[in-house]
Amino acid sequence: MYGWCGKIARLNLSDQTWSVETADPEILKKFIGGRGLAGYYLSKRITLNWDDPDMPLLIFTGPLVNTRSPTSGRMTIMSRSPLTGTVGDSSVGGSFGTELKKAGFDGIIITGKSHTLSGIEILNASIHVTDACHLAGRQTGYVHSLLKGKGSTAVIGPAAESGVVFSSIIVDRHFAAGRSGIGRVLASKNIKYITVKGNGKTKIFNTQDLRKAREDVFRLAAASPILLGEFGISRFGTGALYDLMDARCMMPTDNFRQTKFSRASLMNAHAFKKRYAPKKIGCRGCHILCKKITKNRTSIPEFETMSHFSALLDNSDINTVIRANRICNEMGMDTISAAATLACFSEISQKRLSPNEIVSLLLDIGKKRGMGTELGMGASTYAKRLGRSDLAMAVKGQELPAYDPRGAYGMALAYATSTRGGCHLRAYPVSHEILRKPVATDRFSFKGKARIIKIGEDLNAVADSLTACKFIFFAASLEEYARIYTAVTGIKTTGQDLYKTGERIYYNERIMNAANGFTEKDDDLPGRFFDSPGYKNTSIDIDPIDREAFLKARSNYYMVRKLDKNGMPVPDMARKLGLVVL
Amino acid sequence: MDQIFRIYEDKLLKSGLADPGAPLLGLLDARLSWNRDDIACAELERLFDHLSINSLVFSQPAEPYRSIVDYLAETSGGIIFPGDCETRTFLHDLPVSFNFSSESIILALKERKSVIIPGHGIITYGTVGLEQAYVTFSSVCFACFVKFFSDYLFDVKHGKINNKRQNLFDLLVKRLDPAPCFKASLMKGPFDSAMSVRKAIQEAGMLIVEHRLVDSYFGNISFCYNDTLYISQTGSSLDNLQGFIDPCPLDGSSCTAITASSELPAHLKIVKNTDSKAILHGHPKFSVILSMDCDIEKCECRGQCHIKCPHERFVGDIPIVSGEVGSGPHGLCNTVPEAIKDRPGVIVYGHGVFTAGQTDFNRPFKNLIKIENDCRAEYFNRIR
Repeated sequence: MYGWCGKIARLNLSDQTWSVETADPEILKKFIGGRGLAGYYLSKRITLNWDDPDMPLLIFTGPLVNTRSPTSGRMTIMSRSPLTGTVGDSSVGGSFGTELKKAGFDGIIITGKSHTLSGIEILNASIHVTDACHLAGRQTGYVHSLLKGKGSTAVIGPAAESGVVFSSIIVDRHFAAGRSGIGRVLASKNIKYITVKGNGKTKIFNTQDLRKAREDVFRLAAASPILLGEFGISRFGTGALYDLMDARCMMPTDNFRQTKFSRASLMNAHAFKKRYAPKKIGCRGCHILCKKITKNRTSIPEFETMSHFSALLDNSDINTVIRANRICNEMGMDTISAAATLACFSEISQKRLSPNEIVSLLLDIGKKRGMGTELGMGASTYAKRLGRSDLAMAVKGQELPAYDPRGAYGMALAYATSTRGGCHLRAYPVSHEILRKPVATDRFSFKGKARIIKIGEDLNAVADSLTACKFIFFAASLEEYARIYTAVTGIKTTGQDLYKTGERIYYNERIMNAANGFTEKDDDLPGRFFDSPGYKNTSIDIDPIDREAFLKARSNYYMVRKLDKNGMPVPDMARKLGLVVL
Repeated sequence: MDQIFRIYEDKLLKSGLADPGAPLLGLLDARLSWNRDDIACAELERLFDHLSINSLVFSQPAEPYRSIVDYLAETSGGIIFPGDCETRTFLHDLPVSFNFSSESIILALKERKSVIIPGHGIITYGTVGLEQAYVTFSSVCFACFVKFFSDYLFDVKHGKINNKRQNLFDLLVKRLDPAPCFKASLMKGPFDSAMSVRKAIQEAGMLIVEHRLVDSYFGNISFCYNDTLYISQTGSSLDNLQGFIDPCPLDGSSCTAITASSELPAHLKIVKNTDSKAILHGHPKFSVILSMDCDIEKCECRGQCHIKCPHERFVGDIPIVSGEVGSGPHGLCNTVPEAIKDRPGVIVYGHGVFTAGQTDFNRPFKNLIKIENDCRAEYFNRIR
């Protein structure tokens, strides 16, 4: 088999047995890998509680992983989200996906629950469950250090063990599977870490065609100011977006009460670069190298983290941003959710948090002590308990990232329709609304956005399934990646065929969410965005979003996505896509 | 909806890409809309059912593009392979459908962003809007124009022109736009405020488009004032730059210019390494065509001229250099800034022209026109 290993490992932690099943080539074609394939396997169990031992945790790579395909060293970790109850997944880089392929697996399905805290060690098609009791409560960095030599590492921190619902899994020390609280699922199975190492190769159908297609993508990447330009993410990390969000007056500030942060120019990527002189690293097989780390191996925060731990919390101490990021990574917590939960707490308690308070509250959350116990339930649950649900800036319970939807209406719609709750990456309209790629769209209009968002969601579902980095699609398109896919797998396809696959993957997620009771009521934004303005000055007004226009766009989206008027999947459409409504 | 259609009808007409009444524009959100009724709508509607697109442009191109596109399509064997930079980078190649059926058109558009149907026109699409479809339409016309005249020049030198092609060439030459000519004056420098710099950039952008020195309204313009480079944004229409100019501090203290033109690295190097403050970059056709004319047949870099050329090449005193769009080891930012020192301008192989001036855009604009006109004259010299 070309591209795929054709093998999927099933590990049952309850009885510590494992087996290997041969992947059905038709299923591989229909769902590709990564997020798509994980979704296929998850759908069979999606109505179980997230902490039911039979609920699987799925780790899947794609056919392009462990090949010379550009930016294709990623994987998806998926389960049902403890934070939202929706499909819960996170695409993550580092080298875990590549090592898993080298070990001979396209994916691993973990079910059951270990009796004691354990580790999973995968070495060239063999799997061992080991005792990890001695690592209980240990921070991720320490565990990564102990596991040196065992290949790529995926580790949870104390936060997951102590029940924080937005816990992450940290891969290879610097790469976070941050969103959806996926780390909490691993903790519920009593697994502290997973390591994987292999030396297998992935068979390529046509290396010459792959070389040609690679060149096309490299040429596009070089032409992209966002990727490899003077101020692009290769030079500055994703923090390069910080100044732009400030300039567009859509930087969430003070728990989304404002959209402009007065001290942004002191907290931007340039300031971090000047202060910490970081070096570039990246995921396996990527030439963009957007990750930045300092000489003492501290990660420079990603854009979302940089923005939320400064503007969202009205914090202008750059070192606190670095510390907060480090604590989140060490504790194993999603930085976006952590910062947004603190911002919610700050507004409810009507208290601006000092740098020290930010740091100590994060530690409290991670260690489940004091106020941290309540905040570890996430902004929505915390605010609801206090009768202030209106102050949780979240969609479907997942806290919103660092793009204020009043400054980009496609993003407003994308937040609402995202199958994993408040997420910018499902449709990623930042690409055209802010970064002007492939061309600019009017960010203050819903016109045309329903179909644009649907197409974006399908595109990114494919990217997460191949698996390729979403950033490359600021420059390339599925047109180029279809040729890469064909060169690697030998399966003839086109960019448009892949869009159809993306549509199937996304619809499958809508089906899973519907089975768990999610309706159009959940495809909505917090009221603040409809009744409060953002920044205003003589040249720009960030107005509240027109509720009627939003609802019309959402209704259009349902029509375009071929859902019913309540946003529910339709059996006919499911059948056309080769799916079944649950 | 009508307004957005009018904008793109006007763009197609004003840039000489289509004749009045020719463009058929489709836009789909929850419902599909067309700019006008046409018998082709029924067939083209099926494209929206089968493709993940939200917009479509179908038009017979205006002359001389129409004859060029039809000729290249009919003699192509199914795919046209232009050698210019835009095609190499963004379009890759141009598929042809020999019949106007949705099945055949869909097959082509599943692979690429455009399809040419000889005798009918060009179809292009967008996934985020008509702008995308328009840009692709324009790029296809540009690429075909450059290919036709480049191929003709090459084949004339090799004695491979038949009567049919010669007749077409003669006809097309008569239909060419007149050579650009400019006798007035642009805003005079030195400028005393960022506001006047922005206005000067906008004015230069308008004139570049008016004189058809760019394709797809693209190209880029910058001016350095008070240690800040003001530069047109990526994908901006040069005739409408108000609100689309990024300030880029030379000390790198802000990344706002992440949305600046892809050629920002070249602009920055030029202002840092020379006395120039005003930079223009356009894609005038005959400069591009002539840059691809090289007689050294046994060159070890044949086929790689766009990334490395071991020879010093000139049109008059204007150097021709290699270099691809943007940054990277083969980026034109590595070749143009050095070559433009003490020269009126530089031509980038298969791509376009850079000119620079010290106080305002008068000299670079005049040089841009002069280079294009010199190249045009030289082209016709070479085919004699």
